[in-house]
Order: sequence, then C-alpha cells, then structure tokens
Amino acid sequence: MIMNRKVEKGFEVLIRTCGYFTSLVVVLIILFLFKEGISFIGDSPIEEGYALYLSDENPVGTLSEDQIKDLFDGKYKLWSELGGKSDSIRIFSLDDLTEIFSEEETGKDLEHLDRCTRKLTDSIPGALVFVLEAALSDPSGLKKLNAKPITLSSFLTGQQWFPTAKPVGVYGSLPLFLGTLLVSIMAILMALPFGLAGAIYLAEIADKRIRNILKPLIELLSGIPSVVYGFFGLVVIVPWIQEGLGLAVGETALAGSIVLAIMALPTIITVSEDAIRTIPSDVRQASLALGASQWQTIVRVLLPYASSGISAAIILGIGRAMGETMAVLMVTGNAAVMPHGLTHPIRTIPATIAAELGEASFGGLHFKALFALGCILFLITFVTNYLVDSFSAGKKSK
Amino acid sequence: MKTILKLLVFSLTLISCGGSKSSQSTSMTIKGSDTVLPLAQKTAESFMGQHKETAITVVGGGSGTGITALMDGNTDIAMSSRDLKAEEKIKLKEKGLDIEVLTIGIDALAVVVNPENKVQKLTREQLEGIFTGSINNWSEVGGESMEIVVYSRENSSGTYEFFKEHVMDKKNYSSKVLNMPATGAIVQSVSQTKGAIGYIGMAYVTPEVRTLDVSYDSGANFYAPSFENAMNKTYPISRPLYYIFDNSKKDNLKPYLDFCLSSEGQALVKEIGFLPVQ
Repeated sequence: MIMNRKVEKGFEVLIRTCGYFTSLVVVLIILFLFKEGISFIGDSPIEEGYALYLSDENPVGTLSEDQIKDLFDGKYKLWSELGGKSDSIRIFSLDDLTEIFSEEETGKDLEHLDRCTRKLTDSIPGALVFVLEAALSDPSGLKKLNAKPITLSSFLTGQQWFPTAKPVGVYGSLPLFLGTLLVSIMAILMALPFGLAGAIYLAEIADKRIRNILKPLIELLSGIPSVVYGFFGLVVIVPWIQEGLGLAVGETALAGSIVLAIMALPTIITVSEDAIRTIPSDVRQASLALGASQWQTIVRVLLPYASSGISAAIILGIGRAMGETMAVLMVTGNAAVMPHGLTHPIRTIPATIAAELGEASFGGLHFKALFALGCILFLITFVTNYLVDSFSAGKKSK
Repeated sequence: MKTILKLLVFSLTLISCGGSKSSQSTSMTIKGSDTVLPLAQKTAESFMGQHKETAITVVGGGSGTGITALMDGNTDIAMSSRDLKAEEKIKLKEKGLDIEVLTIGIDALAVVVNPENKVQKLTREQLEGIFTGSINNWSEVGGESMEIVVYSRENSSGTYEFFKEHVMDKKNYSSKVLNMPATGAIVQSVSQTKGAIGYIGMAYVTPEVRTLDVSYDSGANFYAPSFENAMNKTYPISRPLYYIFDNSKKDNLKPYLDFCLSSEGQALVKEIGFLPVQ
C-alpha cells in the first residue's frame, strides 16, 4: 500500500516536471526568437564591415535605405536629386579600385587602398566609393555616407524586400506579411466548408464500411511530405490555373491557396470528426426523440456541441497553412510584390525564411531580419489562435 | 579461459589492424557551390573507386558558404562558381592563408524562353531591361504583344549573383521577378508559361525550353549558347568553375586535383554538361 503511494507520488512529480519542462522550452524558444528579431531594429542597413565614402565637398550626409538602393541601381544621375550639388554620380566598388589603379598604387597586398580612395574622392566631386572598412588601413579624413537606421515602422510598412542588395539591404516586410495573410486566409476559407462537410459525412451519415475505407485514406493525406504537394501543385495546379483563367503566370496566390487547402483538409477533417463522434449518444438521441430531423440535429445540436473541437481543428488547419514552407515556395512564384489579388504571384514569410536563411551570414543583418520575420509570423498565429478561441468561447456562453 | 583469452587477443589485433589502416588513409572535404556540386561528386566517386584509401566528403551550400568554410578551416577545398571577391581576398590574407585557385571546368548560362515564343535573340541591354523590370512586354523586343514573365533563382544562389553581375550590370532584379527554389523548377515553369523567360546552366537545357542567342555588342553579333561557341569563348555568358584551396596543404590534395584535370576527369566534366578546361 505504502509502495503504491510512493509510485503514485513519483509519477505525479514526473508528470509535473515534464509539464514545467515543456512550457519552459516553449518560452525559451519564443524569447530567443524575439531577442534575435528585436536586435534587428535600430541597426544600420549598410552591410556590416562596409563603408561608403564621398568627396569632402559633397553636402549629402545621410540617406534612407531605399534611396541608397536606387542610387546603386542607377535611378539617380545627379547628386542634386538627393539634395546635393549638380555633380553626376559615379560609383566605385572595391573591384573597380583594383582595376583603375595599378598594383604599384594599391600595393601588393592592397595595403594602400586608403590612398587610392582619397585620390578618387579628391579628384572626382561626384564620386561614391564603396569598400570594405577593414581594407583601408587609415580611413580618417574621408567623408562617410551614412544610412538611416532601420526603424520598426520602416520594417513593418516598407514595400520592398531586397535583403541581398549591395551595399544596403532593403528590408520592408509588408508585401511578405500581406502575402502570408492572403494565402492562409484563402486556404482556410476553401478548406473549411469541405473539411466540415467531410467530417459531418464521416461521423454522422456514412455507414461503417465506407468510413473504415475513407478515414485511413484521409489520414494518409496528412502523411504526404509537403514537397510532394508542392511538386503536384507546380506540375498540375499551376498550369491548370494558367490555362483555365487565361493568365500570363500560373504561379499565383490562388495556386498556393489551393495547395494549402488540400494540405489542411486532413487535419480539419480528422480533428472535427473526432469532436463530433465523441458527442455522447444521449445528446443525439434526445434531439431525435424531440422530433428533430437528422439535418436539424446536426446543425442545431451536434455542431454547437462540438464547437470547441471544431475550433481546435480550425486553429490546427490555419497553423498548417501559415507555417507551410516548401509547397508554397514551389507554387506561389515568390515575387516580393504587394499582393494585387489572387491571380498574381506573392511571397510568404515562411518561404522567405526557408529560401534565404541558408546564405545569410550567421548573426548578420539579413539573419536578424529573417528572425524578425519569424517574430511577425509568431504574432500572426498567436493572434489567430486567440481570436478563434475567444470566438468559440463566446458562442458557447450564449 | 584460454579460449576467452585467445578471443580477446584476436579481437585486439583486429582493432589495432583497423586502427592502423585508418591512420594511413586520407580524408578531405569539398564544400561550396551547388553548380559545381554534381561535378565534384562525380569526380570524387570515380577517384575513390581507384584510390580506396581516400575518403572524400562533398557538401553543397553555395559558393559563399564554401569560401567562408575555407577561411574557418572547415573544408580543404572550396568549390566556387564565381571569382573571389576583393573583400574575400583581404579576409583570406588576414587569416594567413596562401590561396590557390584552380579552374576545373567552364559553365555557360543559357537564357531560355517558351518554345512557342517567336523571339530568337536579345542583346545584353534588352536582358538587363527585362530583368530589372523596365521592359515588360515581348512586343518591345520584337515579339508578339504578350506580358513578359521573368523567372530567376532565389537570392542565395551563385547563379543569381553571376547573372546580376555579368548580364544586369550589377543592378537589382525587379521585385516582380518570380524566384524559383531550383533550376529544375525554372525549366518546368518556363515550359508551361507562354511569356516566360529564365536563365539556367547549359547542362539543364531540355527540349521543353528554347535557348536565345545573345549579343554583348549592342546587336552586332549574336551567339547561341552552343558547346562550340562556349569553347571558343564567343558566347558571352560563361563562367569558370573553381576549386580554391590552401597551398600549404597541396601535397595532400594533389592526387585528386591531378585526377580532376586529367583526360579522365575532364571527360566527366563534359559528361555533366560543363565545358572541359583543356
């Protein structure tokens, strides 16, 4: 008897520790995500270790990241367009320096690059020299062009995403944020009616034999790797949309939504079917005994009764759609433009993180920007979970 | 007891044999460009087939990744599909490495369109306009009136960087460009999209897509991305593929490097779809 009590006590402690441990891990992951993500705000968008030098006579001192990108893309011809004098803009990179100057002038190990830079900025009033800071042994006396630091609002409302643009990355997350929302919401709107209908059919209408065939099949769908869905989408759904709607491009938000809807279906069906099936049979029989038809029983009694289970299904389905990476990467075209509608390409946050994290240097600005994107994604799912939860709770209390 | 002792001695000798064998063998790591990856794998496989004592590990990840690994001493050879940047040279010097760059093959990039497209050739300036977004319709470059759909690789790819530097004059891609995760996906999309244009390694050209002739002298001479044109260097969008390594470790790597440049190794280069050096 005492032994039994001890074992019980031991189990209790074990379960409690597991619970604490899991919660702790989740909190730690979130803390890590936000620590990396928040350190991105306030950084200078100029790539770490690089510097931009101007002629001393140039009055331009600080520019925004968009302006510097357009400057390097050749969209400005004269400094006067940026608030300077009417000198024409001439850009020199480190590679240009080694081409313009002889090896004698740059030094065999490129140790005299500071002199070369000074020569350029002194002789050409419109010069802009873009070099690695460490390459110049003595940068004092050179006039630096500064970039405005990244602010939270420029990150959240910026409409351009060019993280690898040289020498300044442009980090505007709005198109990615809207793209993610558009695709996920459309996916869930498509999957929900089908999923609920499927669940009701399986739980209430289908006879046992058909259910025994259909249910494992649907569960099998959730076991298919997402790359396979992506490939299926690219080869089947994309051309189908392109020809069916007469579009120039088939890789669109619509293709992404359809693939995600198919992927979210098994989750929605199995979870809500379980919720409907676990309703005690008294409830069902009481309703039928009162003279309600089967349809009335389903709509008025069973669905409200199972609403918390169904909202869990919706949350899991949305989670699957929001976080899905590979399939979306293959079918949405990944163009970081503001979404114009369902028939245009978009780029989502998870696809961006997956595609770019591989080449982003560890701890660098691009790396931090991707973590900041992760924070946004986390907040989106957090808010949707909260909304769905409170919605179904409010419905229940009525 | 005796049998147990015998067994013990026997197994000990076995272990020591295994130990001495592994100390004689050499191992090396090759890391970097995904473009060079299939070639490195192929040469490493056939080299290991002939030299059982050598173990070669080949890892992809992109040219930049390989060069960074070389700086940190995490790889013996870095594969690269582009030249070393000036800042990388400076960083490698700071680390005190004496770097040697070996060309093992040449890759040509083909600009491809849908086979139904009437356009046969484009100049570099037109390509720049298309990829930076200032040219949006095929009618502006001599085709029928149809929206141009531009396909590119993701920004982590060395091919993306190469195309930006050598075709687009270092300007940024338009944000409307569709970024595909792999070369195969570009081929697939271009083959099923009428107004599409994209760039792929010459080795990946299939009958489902058609290559364009390209001019680098404002339209005076156009060259097709053929094997011959790339070999005699008239086709402009080609790039050498490099092995980069530390000279002080060359003795260890020499047999493998010699194999890559031998006629047998260069035959493999051709088999993969690149151009041999000799």
